[in-house]
Amino acid sequence: MPEKVMFTMGDIACAEGALAAGCKYFGGYPITPATEIAEWMSQKMPQYGGAYVQYEDEIASITSVIGASWTGTKSMTATSGPGVSLMLEAIGLAVMTETPLVLVNIMRGGPSTGQPTRGQQGDIMQAKWGSHGDYQIIALTPASVQEMFDQTVQAFNLSEKYRTPVFVLADETVGHMREKLVIPDEKDLKLVSRKQPTVDPSEYLPFKADEDDLVPPMALLGSKYQFYATGLTHDERGYPSDKEHIQIKLVTRLQDKILKNADDIIDLEKFMLDDADIAVIAYGTPSRSAKKAIKDARAEGIKAGLLRLKTVWPFPEDIVADLGTEVKHIIVPEQNLGQVYHMVRSAAAPTPIHLMAKPAGMPQLPHEILAKIREIDSI
Amino acid sequence: MTESQIHFARQFLREEALPSPFCPGCGNGIVTNSFLKAVNDLGHSDLRKFAFVSGIGCGAWIPSPHFKADTLHTTHGRAVAFATGLKAANPELEVVVISGDGDLAAIGGNHLIHAARRNMDLTVICANNWIYGMTGGQVGPTTFTGDRTTTSPYGNPERPFDLARLVAASGANFVARWTTAHPIPAARAIRTALERRGFSFIEMLSQCPTAYGRRTKSGDAVDMIKWMKSLPVRKKDEPLGHRVPTKDLLDLGVFADRDEPSFLQSMEKMKEQI
Ligand code: SF4
Repeated sequence: MPEKVMFTMGDIACAEGALAAGCKYFGGYPITPATEIAEWMSQKMPQYGGAYVQYEDEIASITSVIGASWTGTKSMTATSGPGVSLMLEAIGLAVMTETPLVLVNIMRGGPSTGQPTRGQQGDIMQAKWGSHGDYQIIALTPASVQEMFDQTVQAFNLSEKYRTPVFVLADETVGHMREKLVIPDEKDLKLVSRKQPTVDPSEYLPFKADEDDLVPPMALLGSKYQFYATGLTHDERGYPSDKEHIQIKLVTRLQDKILKNADDIIDLEKFMLDDADIAVIAYGTPSRSAKKAIKDARAEGIKAGLLRLKTVWPFPEDIVADLGTEVKHIIVPEQNLGQVYHMVRSAAAPTPIHLMAKPAGMPQLPHEILAKIREIDSI
Repeated sequence: MTESQIHFARQFLREEALPSPFCPGCGNGIVTNSFLKAVNDLGHSDLRKFAFVSGIGCGAWIPSPHFKADTLHTTHGRAVAFATGLKAANPELEVVVISGDGDLAAIGGNHLIHAARRNMDLTVICANNWIYGMTGGQVGPTTFTGDRTTTSPYGNPERPFDLARLVAASGANFVARWTTAHPIPAARAIRTALERRGFSFIEMLSQCPTAYGRRTKSGDAVDMIKWMKSLPVRKKDEPLGHRVPTKDLLDLGVFADRDEPSFLQSMEKMKEQI
């Protein structure tokens, strides 16, 4: 398909991104403010030769997505915080069975039912720590309608490459804002599919990772490779084991395959950072306000810059640590009571970190961030 | 051993995964046997066409890792949801869920009735032992009223589900209930279930001497098989009615035998109309 231009909302850009990435299965359950994604996919999936199934709850939708992915089908679901809360156990299963899938969380106000129609960024830590046990996750944080498209494509690519669930964490404002979207010609899109085994079935070890990227090739259900996959701790054959060394080896590899490939995974934008004394670290909607505030601060002669995180997990620890040595102050505006803030603090200490917390729907406005920059500049 | 001496089921099993983890006298071996007999009777010499999905609990260990097939061991209660996604994404696969009553009817009850309502193209086999066996014998949604378990020490005050009637009423195309004392009719029913389009559900009453037998003082495996052998068999076309299962009032046989359009057929029809 040739390039297409739309004026549309973030949720629909996300669905279009999924279609462009080759998604052929959507397990859905309605929830504000993510419902538009399910609606769009229910309309498009049958036309694209895929399947949309609406489930009885979010536990079923995510679990069905794991099942669908094992057939080799690129699969996804979309929800909001309460839905993710229900999905957490299944996310652990996807991590443990190394199942590629994309999980979109259009973040709304919480805790509990909270403010369904108001955006927030309260689920950053949930994405990383929500399911039990030690694991790593990939989470992308788009800040525009175009990025909802681009980063959904990227989410599919990363999930396939690293055999892992990938979150798209967008605050409600990004999900519901309307902007120009350019859908590139499909030949200009770089798409990734999981690697499949090439060995003889008698030699296939479904959970033996390749040494270079620590990712095992993934056989498809119904192929000549008959395998066993379980959420139990398993050896390279996939068989359950209660041995200590098997547990340590597996959990360490699952962690390393994300952390050791962090440079490949992490995406961010540096804006006017080179000579900055004051850095703002932001993501999602507040990063848009921050950009404007930084331009205004520069106009006043204040050396401010922005590090915009497009990936929050794995957290770009080294980059933030380096930044901590280059600037005098770091400001972190977040639509929550401080989540990425804690990560910045642990990476960039002892550089002073200033949290601008706002656990509500209206993001920090440009003039509020500018006021904070001025205040710090005058210290 | 000559070929005729090798049990027919061995060709479908992963030798390296044997022996099974089941207690001596457990009914799960007979459930396995009935299932594999049905597969054998259908003329399969291997399980290549199949994908097996199970949840958590003793019953979930029937297919995995023992069956020489694609076997997926999922989270507690979610096997049917997992299997639905799998089947919707690849209709070519013959998808079978084998799990226990706690897994399928308590924590997974919602998925079970909704898959039946969708008439999803799946075969679900429920090994019903009336108790949580793996965790040592706690009351569940199929435990009889009055049964003393580790978490109903004064006798179960609740009523059990009649799973066969529940799933039949939810819209499944084929539903039957048999027991480990009836392996041949059970295998026949499983065979029908595998052949039938839409949602098929086989409830296999299965003795758990370790947890159910011991906790509820129902005796050993032999006592329980004798009891199950005495259960009444439904007459063909006898109305389903409503009843709360008791140890004597647990009827066996076929509870639904329909051929209504399955989920996948309805999906195809929908696509044609787009
Ligand atoms: S606890 Fe009961 S159901 Fe579980 S393996 Fe032992 S006898 Fe079978």
